Amino acid sequence: MDIAIRIQNVTLGYDRHPAVHHLNGVIESGALLAICGPNGAGKSTLLKAIAGTLKPLAGAIRFGGGTAPRDIAYLPQADALDRSFPIHLFDLVAMGLWRRCGLFGGFSRKDDAAIRSAIATVGLSGFESRPVGTLSGGQLQRMLFARLLVQDARLILLDEPFAAIDSKTVADLLDLIGRWHMERRTVLVVSHDLDLVRAFFPQALLIAREAIAWGKTASVLTPENLLKARAMIEAFDRQAQACERAA
Amino acid sequence: MTLQELLIAPFAEFAFMRRALVGSVALALAGPPLGVFLILRRMSLTGDAMSHAILPGAAIGYLTCGLSLAPMTIGGLIAGLFVAVGSGVVARATSLREDASLAAFYLISLALGVTIVSLRGSNIDLLHVLFGSVLALDDATLILLAAIASLTLATLAFLYRPFVLETVDAGFLASVSRSGGPVQVAFLALVALNLVGGFQALGTLLAVGVMMLPAASARLITGDMTLMLVLAVGQGMLSGYAGLIISYHGGLPSGPVIILAAGVLYLLALMFGPAGGLLRRLWSGRHLEA
Repeated sequence: MDIAIRIQNVTLGYDRHPAVHHLNGVIESGALLAICGPNGAGKSTLLKAIAGTLKPLAGAIRFGGGTAPRDIAYLPQADALDRSFPIHLFDLVAMGLWRRCGLFGGFSRKDDAAIRSAIATVGLSGFESRPVGTLSGGQLQRMLFARLLVQDARLILLDEPFAAIDSKTVADLLDLIGRWHMERRTVLVVSHDLDLVRAFFPQALLIAREAIAWGKTASVLTPENLLKARAMIEAFDRQAQACERAA
Repeated sequence: MTLQELLIAPFAEFAFMRRALVGSVALALAGPPLGVFLILRRMSLTGDAMSHAILPGAAIGYLTCGLSLAPMTIGGLIAGLFVAVGSGVVARATSLREDASLAAFYLISLALGVTIVSLRGSNIDLLHVLFGSVLALDDATLILLAAIASLTLATLAFLYRPFVLETVDAGFLASVSRSGGPVQVAFLALVALNLVGGFQALGTLLAVGVMMLPAASARLITGDMTLMLVLAVGQGMLSGYAGLIISYHGGLPSGPVIILAAGVLYLLALMFGPAGGLLRRLWSGRHLEA
């Protein structure tokens, strides 16, 4: 089977304090993986490292043959979108074409159609000329998903995509994720909602500074593992020595 | 007085008035679009601080070579870029946020600049650097202003997409491209360049006015980006023209009156602007069915 991502003894952190310690594993191409763990466990940090916005303190993250560099669509937890900027929904979704169009590329009729179809898929037809500042939370999230659709990437990273949105939107977005999975794209989703993860995700990674369990969801989210995860200490240790551990 | 005497004659008769008009138009073509981006990026005060920061560089140019264009321009540019970059560096390296370090830099710059000018020059020279002399623009200065305007417009057209993206969603741009950093630097460089140009006509204290006032009033009139840029440029040109006419007939200092004209347009937009003016808030009409 194709390996999409190889995580080799990766340690991630801020200011020398590790948020994620010595992580090892592979993520296959086409996997649908949920990343779970308590607050401060390093879930967002891991996604940031895979997306390339955070450099590992040690170790390396390597991408398999199927994934070109930057062929990654990343939805961060709290998007730093400036909602007061005078831009319409259509133009913001169109930004997803950056990798194909770059600085000057014009939009062909095909691109135009792709953008409109993405907007329709997330149920926002008719919203094309709306300024983004007038959208509700759920509509904003749908819009960002539309942008992800337009990006058409092989690897999709979603950090808490279901936080604070209504159940209809959650259902629609889950449909979309299912579609991506059928199209053999690799999808990693950070989520706190364990019931959702059990119901929908075939694979899970339980992380609490280190990998507690990784594999089929049913065997990962067991009561013993969840208890182990909860015992993790959140705060950085000011007295910590340099880490002697090998892989 | 006929309308022709009121509005056209001063420019028909006097070369210095024509020069002043050309200079103002050049400033109005390039400054306001940058001002729109400054407002949208919440960097309005950064623009203000940078215009004061130019003074010591220009003053050193003045000290060494007199009221000569090239040394003052180069000196001003170096000082402006130094402050823009320096305050960012200090903000990242220390606990002081950008606005505080910027304030510190520009106060020091302003005081330093005034002191340097006073070492060699008279009060007239000081007034020139503080308030500019739009009526004394020579050919070399006009060419400089025109060149700055052309460069700015060309760069804005070239980098429009990344400018917008970097302002509205810098995180997304960083995830799909490496152009975020260079784009930020290019923007600051353009602002510094235009402030140095504006410095000649309007002086260090008011140079940023031709950038900010038309842009702020355009923001109050429309929520559409393209229209905002066009309106800002239009208002900049109108302020230049109106300011020169009024100062001519009234015997008033031209630079400040140009800025006042821009100010009047801003106040009108504040009251009546469809996209956020006060009157709009007080009376919005009956609501629609859907």
